[in-house]
Amino acid sequence: MSQTAISFPGARDTGTHAEEAVAGTSLWRDAWYRLQRNKLALSGLVFFLAMTLACGLGPLFTGYTYERTELSLKASAPLQPIIERVGARKAGEPRRDGIALSTLEDEFLDKPEADRQAIAGKIAHGDTYRDSRYTYQLTSRRHLFGTDALGRDLLTRVLVGGRISLAVGFAATLVSVIIGVLWGAVAGFAGGKVDLVLMRVVDVLYALPFTVIVILLMVTFGRNFILLFVAIGAVEWLTMARIVRGQIISLKHQEFVEAAVSLGLSERRIILRHLIPNVLGPVIIYTTLTVPDVMLLEAVLSFLGLGVPPPMSSWGALLDDGARTMETSLWLLLFPALFFSSTLFSLNFLGDGLRDALDPQSSKD
Amino acid sequence: MSRFLELNELKTYFPIFLGTVFRRAAGTVKAVDGIQLDLEKGEILGLVGESGCGKSTLARTVMQLIRNTGGAVYLEGRNLSELNPRQVRAERPNFQMIFQDPYASLNPRMTVHDALAEAIQTRGKLRKAVLTQKIAELLTTVGLPPNQMRRYPHEFSGGQRQRIAIARALAPEPKLIIADEPVSALDVSIQSQIINLLLRLCRERQLTMIFISHDISVVKYISDRIAVMYLGRLMEIGPAAAVVETPLHPYTRALVSAVPIPDPIRERARQRIILQGDPPSPLDPPSGCVFHPRCPYVKEACKRARPALEEKLPQRRAACIRIGEI
Amino acid sequence: MPLLSVENLRTYFYTRAGVVRAVDDVSFLLEPGETLGIVGESGSGKSVTCYSILGLIPQPPGRIMGGRAIFDGVDLLGCDKERLRLIRGKRISMIFQDPMTSLNPYLRVSEQLIEPLLVHEKISRRKALDQAVTSLEEVGIQDAGRRLHFYPHEFSGGMRQRVMIAMALISRPEVLIADEPTTALDVTVQAQILELIKRRQRDLGTAVIFITHDLGVIAAFCREVYVMYAGRIVESAATGEIFARPMHPYNAALQQSIPALHQKGKPLFTIPGLPPDLSKPLPGCPFSPRCTYAEPKCREQAVTLQTMAERHQTACLRYQAGELNDLRAAVGV
Repeated sequence: MSQTAISFPGARDTGTHAEEAVAGTSLWRDAWYRLQRNKLALSGLVFFLAMTLACGLGPLFTGYTYERTELSLKASAPLQPIIERVGARKAGEPRRDGIALSTLEDEFLDKPEADRQAIAGKIAHGDTYRDSRYTYQLTSRRHLFGTDALGRDLLTRVLVGGRISLAVGFAATLVSVIIGVLWGAVAGFAGGKVDLVLMRVVDVLYALPFTVIVILLMVTFGRNFILLFVAIGAVEWLTMARIVRGQIISLKHQEFVEAAVSLGLSERRIILRHLIPNVLGPVIIYTTLTVPDVMLLEAVLSFLGLGVPPPMSSWGALLDDGARTMETSLWLLLFPALFFSSTLFSLNFLGDGLRDALDPQSSKD
Repeated sequence: MSRFLELNELKTYFPIFLGTVFRRAAGTVKAVDGIQLDLEKGEILGLVGESGCGKSTLARTVMQLIRNTGGAVYLEGRNLSELNPRQVRAERPNFQMIFQDPYASLNPRMTVHDALAEAIQTRGKLRKAVLTQKIAELLTTVGLPPNQMRRYPHEFSGGQRQRIAIARALAPEPKLIIADEPVSALDVSIQSQIINLLLRLCRERQLTMIFISHDISVVKYISDRIAVMYLGRLMEIGPAAAVVETPLHPYTRALVSAVPIPDPIRERARQRIILQGDPPSPLDPPSGCVFHPRCPYVKEACKRARPALEEKLPQRRAACIRIGEI
Repeated sequence: MPLLSVENLRTYFYTRAGVVRAVDDVSFLLEPGETLGIVGESGSGKSVTCYSILGLIPQPPGRIMGGRAIFDGVDLLGCDKERLRLIRGKRISMIFQDPMTSLNPYLRVSEQLIEPLLVHEKISRRKALDQAVTSLEEVGIQDAGRRLHFYPHEFSGGMRQRVMIAMALISRPEVLIADEPTTALDVTVQAQILELIKRRQRDLGTAVIFITHDLGVIAAFCREVYVMYAGRIVESAATGEIFARPMHPYNAALQQSIPALHQKGKPLFTIPGLPPDLSKPLPGCPFSPRCTYAEPKCREQAVTLQTMAERHQTACLRYQAGELNDLRAAVGV
C-alpha cells in the first residue's frame, strides 16, 4: 500500500515553495492590466487627463482673461493679424487697443476705397500709419482660436468653459453616485417594505421629465452655479440606484456573504467589506458613462439660456453663442464643439474599456 | 446530560406570495418539516437526499441563517432558536459552515490573509504578528503553503479554494461544522484530498460534523451515521454501513440501488429499483407518506397517515409502515 | 468498418495566457451501434474533443490544428459548412449536460422537436407533429399530445432531459454524443435517464459516445472506454479491462480515489497535486508530475499510445517497457 500524503499543491503558476511570501494580484490590478492593453481606452484616459489639465491650468498661460472684452476687435478669425491702435485720450495718456486687420477698413470710412486698401496693405507689411488721432501698427500678438463677437479670446474662453463643464460633470456625477449608491444599497440590503418604498420613489421620479425638473429648479432658484451641480446630480442618480440595488440583491445570496453572516460579523462590516467592494466595478463603469451624460445636460441647459450666467462660459454656452454666428464666424462654433465632442468621445472609450477590464466575461478574451 | 446537538421537531416553512400589488399568501413550502435528530460530540452525520429535499435549508436552519418556523435547535443544551439576533451573532463562532461552490464562497476582493484574519478575530482582536502566525498555522493545517496568504481567491484552483474555505470555517475554532456538498463541485481526484482533510480535521479537533451530499458513496465513507431526507422529512437514519448495505426504507433502497458502481462485475450484479417520475413539488406534498406516489410497495394505508420515524432495528429508525412486510 | 474514426485531432485555444492545448493528438474509433465512453476530469479535453468533431468550437479563440474525423467517408473537420450541417442534427446528434440551457426557453417544445424534421426530412408539419408525439411517448413522457405544446420551463429537470433525448433521437441518428447528460440530475432520475438512453439505443441501433467524469456511469453503460488526461488519451480498453487491468497509473489512481470502493477508516487514496497547466509545454508524460511511478525518462521522453494487449492501449512509458505490471495491486485497495 503506497499511501501518498497530502502534499502542498503549490500555487498555480509559481510552483515555488520558497519561504518568501507571494504577493497576490487583486482583481483591481488585474483590471488595470487589462485596461492598459486596451489602446483605445488608454488613449481615452490620457486624452481626458490632458484635457482636464489643460482646462485647469491653461487659462493661466494664454495671456488673456475670459471676461476682458475688446469691442473693436469684433469677431476676429483665428491667427488673424492684430493691429495696435495707439491714441491719446483727453488727459494725454496713450490708449492702446487692438483691431483686426479685416476691420481696419471701417476705421477710414470717409477715405476713398483705393486709399483704404493701400493703408491696410502697408500696415500688413509692417509699416506704421499715423492719422490725426491714432497711430496704427502691426503687433506680434495673435489669438490662436480667434475672438468672439465681443473681442474676447476664444482659447481662454474654451478652456475656462471646459473648467465649468468638467466641474459640473464631476460634481453632479459625484452627487448622483453618492445618492444612488446609498439609496440602492439600502434598498437592496434591507429588502421587503423598505425596498418597496424606496424603489417606488425611484419609479415615480423616472416617470417625471427630468430635464423639465432641472429647468424648473433653475427658473425658481435662479441661475446658481452650485444649484446646477445639485440639480443635475439629483436627477441623474436614479439609474445608479437601480444598478446598485440589483447588484446588492444578487450578491446578498452569494455564499461568501452567507459565510460572512455565519462568522457573526456586523451588518455594517458585511456591507462595507463584503458588499460595497464587489459593486464598485459596475459603479465605476456607470460613473464614467454618467459624466458625459451630465455634461450634455449642462450643455442643453446652457443652450436654453439656463446655464452659468455670463460673462462666465461653459462649453454649452459657447456652443450656443457659436451656433448663432455660425454663418459669419464658423470658428466660434467649431472650437468649442471640437473640445466638447472629443472629451465626450474619450470618456466613452474609457467607459467601454473599463467595462471590458472590470467585467472580463462580458467581452471575448 | 443533554446531547451535543439536538434538533427537536424542527420546521422551516416559506410562505409563497402571489401578486405584486395585492399580495396574498398562496401557500407554504414546507422545506423542513419536523426533523428530529441528535448528534454526539465528535460524531459525523451524513445527510443524503435529492435536490429540493430540503437538506440545504436544514443546514441553513441549524446555522440559524434562516430562523426556524417551529421546533428548536439545541447546541450543547442552549436553544439557538430562542436567541435574539444579537445573541445569535455572539454564538456564531461556535458553528461554522463549508459551502458547495468554492468559487462563490470566498469574497473575490479579499486576500486569503484578510479573509482568515476576519474569521479568526471573531474571537477577539489579535496583534498583527500573532495573527499572521495563526493564519500561517491554519493554512498549513489545510495543506496550503503559508507564503500564499497574500494571494486572492481567483489565483487558486477549485480544490485549493475549498481548502481556504475550510480554513476559514476552522478559524473561529467552532465545535460544529456543517458541510453542504463540500466536494460536489470538485473533480474525483481532488474530492478524495478534501474528504481526507475533513476526516483528519474532525478527528484531530474533536469536531462534530453534519456532512451533506447527494452522493451516497461519499457519505457512506465519511460518516458514522446516515440520515436520509425526502421532501423535508427524514425517511431513515442509522449507522452508515447498515443504511447503505441493508436499507430499510423503500426510498433508501431506491437511492442506493440507483448509484452505478465503478466496477463492472459488481455493477452487472446490481439490483436496480428504478423509481418512476420526479420528486413531487414541496409546495403541494402528497398526503400520508410523502414518498407514496413513487413507492413500489405503496398500499392504501400509506396514502392516509404520515408514518412516524420509529425504531425498527436496534439503532435504526425508519418512517415506513411496511418495513416488516417487505 | 468503423462508423466514425477520429485521427490525430488537435484543438488549441489561443488565449491571453498562451496557447492552451485542450486536445492534443486524440484518435479513436466508433463502430456502429457501439457504446464508447470518454472519461476524464474537468479540463481533460473530453468535451472539446466532441465539440471539435461537430464544428461547435468557437473560433477564435479555438482552432483545430490538425487531424481528421471521418464519418461515412466525409472528413467532418475538412468538409464545408453546408455538408456538416446536413450531418449534424440528422445523422449525428448531441445531448448536453444542462437541458435548460440547450432548450430555447421562448419556443414551445413542439417547435423545437419538429425543427430537425422540417429541416432535414422535408415532411409536412402535421406529420412532423405526429412524429414528435411518438418520440415523446418513446422517452416515457405521459400525456405527450398535450405536453408537446409546453414551454421548456414547464417540465422538471428529468423531464427536460427526456425532451432533449427525444429531440436528439427524433431523426434516428447513427451517432449520439452525450456530454455528461446525467451530471446535473439526481441519482434516482439519473438511473431513469441512463436506462432510457440504453433502451432507445437498443431500439434504434445508434452508436453512443458517452462523455462523463463518473467511472460508475462508465461501468454501467459503456463497452469501450477512453481515459483522457490533459488533452490526451492515456489509456483505452474494453470496460472490463479498464477496471480489471489498468495499464496507466492515472487510470489506476483515479479508481483508487473513489470512496465507493474504499473501506471505512482507511484514508482515501489521493492523487497529489493538480492537473498541469495546458498553456505550458509538457515534455514527456503529462501525468508524470503527479505519478507515483514516474522516473526521469517519463518527464523527458515523448509518450505515444501503444497497444499492449488486444484492444488495450496505454500511454505509460514504464508499462510499455514492462517495468510495471499489476497497477491495481500496487496501489492497493
